[in-house]
Amino acid sequence: MPIARPSTLDGALDALASLPGADLLAGGTDLMVAITHRAHRPRDVVALRRIAELDRIEVTDTHLTLGALVRWSTMAADLTELAPGLAMAARSVGSPQIRNAGTLGGNLATASPAGDALPWLVALEAEVELASPAGTRTVAIADWLTGPKRNARADDEIVTAVRVPRTDGPQHVAKVGPRNAMVIAVASVALVLDRTARRVRVGLGSVGPTALAAPEAAAEAGAAIDWDALTCPEDAIERFAAGVAAAARPIDDHRASADYRRHVVGVLAGRTLRRCLAA
Amino acid sequence: MSAPADERVPGDAAVPESEAYTLTVNGRPHAVPSAWIGASLLQVLRRELALPGAKDACEQGECGSCTVLMDGVVVDACCVLAADAVDADVRTIEGLGDAAVPTDVQRAFVAAGAVQCGFCTPGLVVAVHDLLERSPEADTAAVREALSGNLCRCTGYGRILAAVADVQRERAGRTARADGDADRASRTGDEGGAA
Repeated sequence: MPIARPSTLDGALDALASLPGADLLAGGTDLMVAITHRAHRPRDVVALRRIAELDRIEVTDTHLTLGALVRWSTMAADLTELAPGLAMAARSVGSPQIRNAGTLGGNLATASPAGDALPWLVALEAEVELASPAGTRTVAIADWLTGPKRNARADDEIVTAVRVPRTDGPQHVAKVGPRNAMVIAVASVALVLDRTARRVRVGLGSVGPTALAAPEAAAEAGAAIDWDALTCPEDAIERFAAGVAAAARPIDDHRASADYRRHVVGVLAGRTLRRCLAA
Repeated sequence: MSAPADERVPGDAAVPESEAYTLTVNGRPHAVPSAWIGASLLQVLRRELALPGAKDACEQGECGSCTVLMDGVVVDACCVLAADAVDADVRTIEGLGDAAVPTDVQRAFVAAGAVQCGFCTPGLVVAVHDLLERSPEADTAAVREALSGNLCRCTGYGRILAAVADVQRERAGRTARADGDADRASRTGDEGGAA
């Protein structure tokens, strides 16, 4: 039987064990395009959408755990208070039709350099939660994203959730593409001002083989910010923008040149920091 | 980039067919005896079930011409694996209205000149019905946002937005008349009760 439609995580792990190498199908917005355009030929499929335990949002005092099957439309509607940066990123994804189908786990599994949730997850140093017949493990997002469309999943594993710390402070996500709707990012930035830790957290999209952090630029900006007033000298904002641009590792491709991407990601870094400070 | 008419290669063991399954489309069960496992819902609707209303254009979730409702939310049928749509409630344009009995949205599209080549129209009509069910008083920004996943290369969208506004006005008028009737009825009743 080439397709399994389990309704529990255990059922999915069993199905994957009996169909080794099967495609894991969530919202279909990446996999179906690859199949239809013949970039991928499916042999077996484990369809995950019936697994209710993966479609949940758990909130504790310190952390937010987002199930792999949480859809963009849910993130955009339900996370505006808990994870405003992720909600902003979700609103920028595709179209209403795509946001109703695509999932957070799918974004993690596809691991595109342009994955819209990934800069925010990098900024928050998220942990990817995985299950296999042997048990569970967590992988830091920086270790999960191993290259363009590559990740650290073992063949018998399923992404179950992603966990991020809850932070107090403004967040902003900005993305540049050729138009407003249905755009794959040419460059994007997710910025989180973590008032408790007095840290600037930043993640960059579409300017490297994976979503990237910019730790040096973030640390320098964090030191320059007056965390009580939430202000920052203009020259420090400019240095942050330049530091983020320097941290990018962009390439030339059919969407944009490396030089343009480096320029844009710097502009977005300054813009997101100003937006957060003005919030 | 477009796929051939049929992905199946008879006798090719590397291209397995799916087991037979049943889809529920527009409230009716439809047997799908032997579709290719990788077939999209769009391909199965059009090729196996003779429901060509959802249109086949970009096949990558960009144009919205294949918009259908799946369990009550709009999705692109090209991005749904048909074999995974079993036990879902699929609604297509064929389940809304047709030339003989068009819906108010379809009538408004025709009257406003919102149909030119017509290729995007079924997807747009599904999306408009969904929007106005959820949000009858959607303002222009909300309408534009709701239709941002449905590309039209002919109209420039102006006539489409006008058609949506016409439907909103017409439906609001009907509701107001119904409310007016109810108000008059309830006032009469109140007077009777108070007297």
